[in-house]
Amino acid sequence: MTMATRTPSRTTSRTATRFVGRLGFVVFITVVSVFFALPMVWLVVAPFDANPTMSVKWPDWTLNNFHRILENPYAFGSIVNSLIISVGVVALTVILATLAAYALSRVRIPGRDALLYGLLLLSSIVTGTAAMVPTFQLISALGLINTQLGVVLVMSGGLLPTVVFILKDFMDSVPKSYEESARLYGATPFQILRDVVVPVARPGIAFVAVWSVVQAWSNFLVPFILLRDPTLQPAGVLMYTFYTEAGQADLRLIAAFSLVYTLPVVVIYFLVNRKFGFRFYGGIKS
Amino acid sequence: MVTIGRRKLITLAGLALVPGALSACSSSSKTATNSGSGGTKDVTLTITANAIAGGKNAAEAQWVADWVIPQFQKANPGATVKFEPQGVNDEDYKTKIALDLKSGKGADIIAIDGIWTGEFAQAGYIKPLQDVAGAAVDAWDGWKQIPTAVQGAVSFQGKIYGVPDGTDGRVLYYNKSLFSKAGLPTDWQPTSWDDVLNAARALKKLKGVTPIQLDAGTAMGEATTMQGILPMLVGTGEYVWTDNKWVGNTGGLRDVMNLYRTIYIDEKLGDAVLQQEANGRDSSFQEFAAGQIGILAEGDYFWRSVINPAQGIGTAPMADRDTVVGYTKIPAMKPGSGVKGQDFVSMSGGSGRVLNPNSKNADLAWKLLELMCSPEGFAARAAGTLSISPRDDVNKTLLAKDPMLTYVSTQVLPITSYRPGLADYTQVSTAMQQASLDVVTGTSVADALKTYTGTLGGIVGSSNITNN
Amino acid sequence: MVSTRSVTGTGVVRARRNRADDVAGLGRARAGVFVAPALLMIGMFLLFPAIWTIYLGMTDFRLTGLAAAHTSFVGLGNFTAAFGDKAFWNALQLTVVFVALSGVIGQSLLGFSLAWSLRRLKGWVRTLVESLALAAWVIPGSVNAFLWIALLDRRDGTLNTLLNTPGTAWLISYPMAMIVIFNIWVGTAFSMQLFSSALSSVSPSQLESAQIAGASEFRQLFDIVLPTIKGHILTNTLMITLWTFNTFTPFLLTAGGPNRKTEIFSVYIYKSAIGSGQLGFGAAISMIMLLINLAIALLYMRVGRKR
Repeated sequence: MTMATRTPSRTTSRTATRFVGRLGFVVFITVVSVFFALPMVWLVVAPFDANPTMSVKWPDWTLNNFHRILENPYAFGSIVNSLIISVGVVALTVILATLAAYALSRVRIPGRDALLYGLLLLSSIVTGTAAMVPTFQLISALGLINTQLGVVLVMSGGLLPTVVFILKDFMDSVPKSYEESARLYGATPFQILRDVVVPVARPGIAFVAVWSVVQAWSNFLVPFILLRDPTLQPAGVLMYTFYTEAGQADLRLIAAFSLVYTLPVVVIYFLVNRKFGFRFYGGIKS
Repeated sequence: MVTIGRRKLITLAGLALVPGALSACSSSSKTATNSGSGGTKDVTLTITANAIAGGKNAAEAQWVADWVIPQFQKANPGATVKFEPQGVNDEDYKTKIALDLKSGKGADIIAIDGIWTGEFAQAGYIKPLQDVAGAAVDAWDGWKQIPTAVQGAVSFQGKIYGVPDGTDGRVLYYNKSLFSKAGLPTDWQPTSWDDVLNAARALKKLKGVTPIQLDAGTAMGEATTMQGILPMLVGTGEYVWTDNKWVGNTGGLRDVMNLYRTIYIDEKLGDAVLQQEANGRDSSFQEFAAGQIGILAEGDYFWRSVINPAQGIGTAPMADRDTVVGYTKIPAMKPGSGVKGQDFVSMSGGSGRVLNPNSKNADLAWKLLELMCSPEGFAARAAGTLSISPRDDVNKTLLAKDPMLTYVSTQVLPITSYRPGLADYTQVSTAMQQASLDVVTGTSVADALKTYTGTLGGIVGSSNITNN
Repeated sequence: MVSTRSVTGTGVVRARRNRADDVAGLGRARAGVFVAPALLMIGMFLLFPAIWTIYLGMTDFRLTGLAAAHTSFVGLGNFTAAFGDKAFWNALQLTVVFVALSGVIGQSLLGFSLAWSLRRLKGWVRTLVESLALAAWVIPGSVNAFLWIALLDRRDGTLNTLLNTPGTAWLISYPMAMIVIFNIWVGTAFSMQLFSSALSSVSPSQLESAQIAGASEFRQLFDIVLPTIKGHILTNTLMITLWTFNTFTPFLLTAGGPNRKTEIFSVYIYKSAIGSGQLGFGAAISMIMLLINLAIALLYMRVGRKR
């Protein structure tokens, strides 16, 4: 290993490079932050405006829009419905996917990769508009039309392949030494999964849980098609009712409701991040 | 570290609660609606419409919940009426009721847009009223009050499938203060397209004002066809569909496209970019309300639901609507060149309510329909929002309070035309919208119509097109 | 050049990364039991509708009209109709460009750059930047559309006000660029998180030895880090490709316009399926999209196997 001779000119050029590097870093971070923050300005300004338009302007401050949202018979209930559906989807998806991902990660099942990729691809069909009729007929045949359970089942089915895929990838990188030791102590595979792997995999699980919540929260088509009773509809569907008979958006309601609709997901994300921190690959570094 | 045991417990508890919560939610909604049943004849009827309290068509939703249901339940003890509001995009609503009807379910009374009658009938989703509810339908005295043309909006191949619910008409709105600034008369009545164009040319002198807005392009959807293309087309004496043939590359359609070209390309009397924006129609309403558009072709809906200054109703309210906004009949291309030799023309749509052929209580559902379309029903509905009803007797009394709606009812409806209730219409309409988009973005009229007739041939077969 | 096959803990794990190792003693049977519930769900609520949809793609099924009452089997008729439709090829080309620019290049690059720049920071700067990116990712799609329409509004949009370019109709004049940037804004957080985790699993001792040996930051990046996380780059790119291919939110921004200039596949299907109710045709297009996705996935698998 050769020691580079530290001549004075080398040092100054090193400092100069470092300075330029720092400057570039600051500029980059500032630009990116502004890039992300700028569009969100409407969301914090328009809901408080008496006459919002599709542009950001200094608002005519009022809380009237929120009063109207509260008066809406379905608004508050829809947020609750969104929570119910999302929690259902996350619970079902995460539990089933953790079991499956662990097994697929640790045991050699022939055609495993092909199966996963295949299911991943098919999930893109089923979440599209073309699969609407088959999904409807299936849920109708099961007698689950107009139930939130039907919505949860359909959404979970669509999200499972992706979640399994991501979790399996995660579990592949969890070092096996702990499991080996646990096995030596006589733990059953289920106990190993529950007590050893899941705690290590928690950050990854947390991330896919939030991802599932985001998918379930924004979904319009599935709850719209499967639910009839407006008191069961989640907020993602209710958003689309704030229009007039010919399709003009009532921006006062939409702006206020957008804020109300967005906040729970953001709060959920921050809470989960605080508790678990998001990480994908739980390898122990040396 | 949280013990795994406790975490597992929480997870299991959550899992157990979730289906409990879900079934509780769905069953509680059922019990809530069945609470009204008292008599031995326990019948539940459902109504569905694209209306929801606090959102789309809120006034109609409120009328159903607060007047129709109590009235009917009072008059028919033992019957419960449930309202299933929807409140979404027309196309999404149509998809939903189609899925319901296809699977043999759906509400007993379903509100539909008249233009869907043909395709729903062809699919076997709805049946003629007489087939569903029998002789009681013919015996209704309401039919005498509904003009044949309005009945046509919910008919297909000569049979009527539902009871019309309302109709509307299109006019030219203009801003009187901009007109006087441009030296134009404030009691304007153009009698030809040239009159309109001349007024627009005068308005062009005003700074920051778009002289005229004639809906064009595909982003505005059916609004382009109903407010732009078809009113102009009937002004040239042609219908979109006559004698089993659809209009192709005809003189009338060429005139219409040339009008678009004059307005948007040659003389820049309109804002071509606005026609391409995803929310262009909304923006045109905002601009008119802000006094930035001089002339706007729209339906009476614009007057009563967009620029209506009443608190919370208008989405682009104009406080001075009654003094500043004028309205006038749409002129034919030249006097006498309109369909049926008319000097003035218009287009009307219509909606209606159909009886679900899968209904288990068709007779009772018909009685409910009669109630909804009775003069008392319309009177109760008008308390929330006034609009043009399909019945002459109702219009005479209720609309007297509103000069604009009286104008439309008495002057515009007699000269108006309707769209053909055929299944292919929606695709033909899209092809027409595309033609207008091509013209407005610079394609020559000849090329735009060439594309149009090509697409049209693919939809209806080239032997079913009129070209001249 | 520092070897990536050094005998450290991470290196040994990495070499055995993809080989299944039944350390918990599951055995095939029990593994089957573990996988069964998920497979059951998937079988019922994903496979069954998906196969039905594939079948629909070979019929002339429509939701309303005559074809709704009498649906007939048309075999590959929908596919030939699609290949003959100019709008189909337009959608294909636009989707490829969209996926390549906004997904594969845009989100991955921006996500990685953020993860790399922030990797040593711990304070409020890192939290702020990550939170902003994640907020954009978490906000529901329909709300995002409103935010961006307000940003790009022709008259009083935020962008026009800031750049002092009144009257520029961004969504009309530069539609593809706008939805590409929009999609980058929405999705970068995923790549950022993934790469951030991946970077934190790169052995710091390797990097330290490289630094002492005089390797510049760039050298470290290209010679140590990238080869180490190559597998993650691949997974990330695959997921982003599939997601971007199927995303529907740009429709809310431009409705596929102006004049089909942003009519990517998902919008094309929506317009034919819901717009004119031609669900058979829409299903066929979904099938074609799936085959394209399959080709892409196979490509990734092949590249991945070459490690």
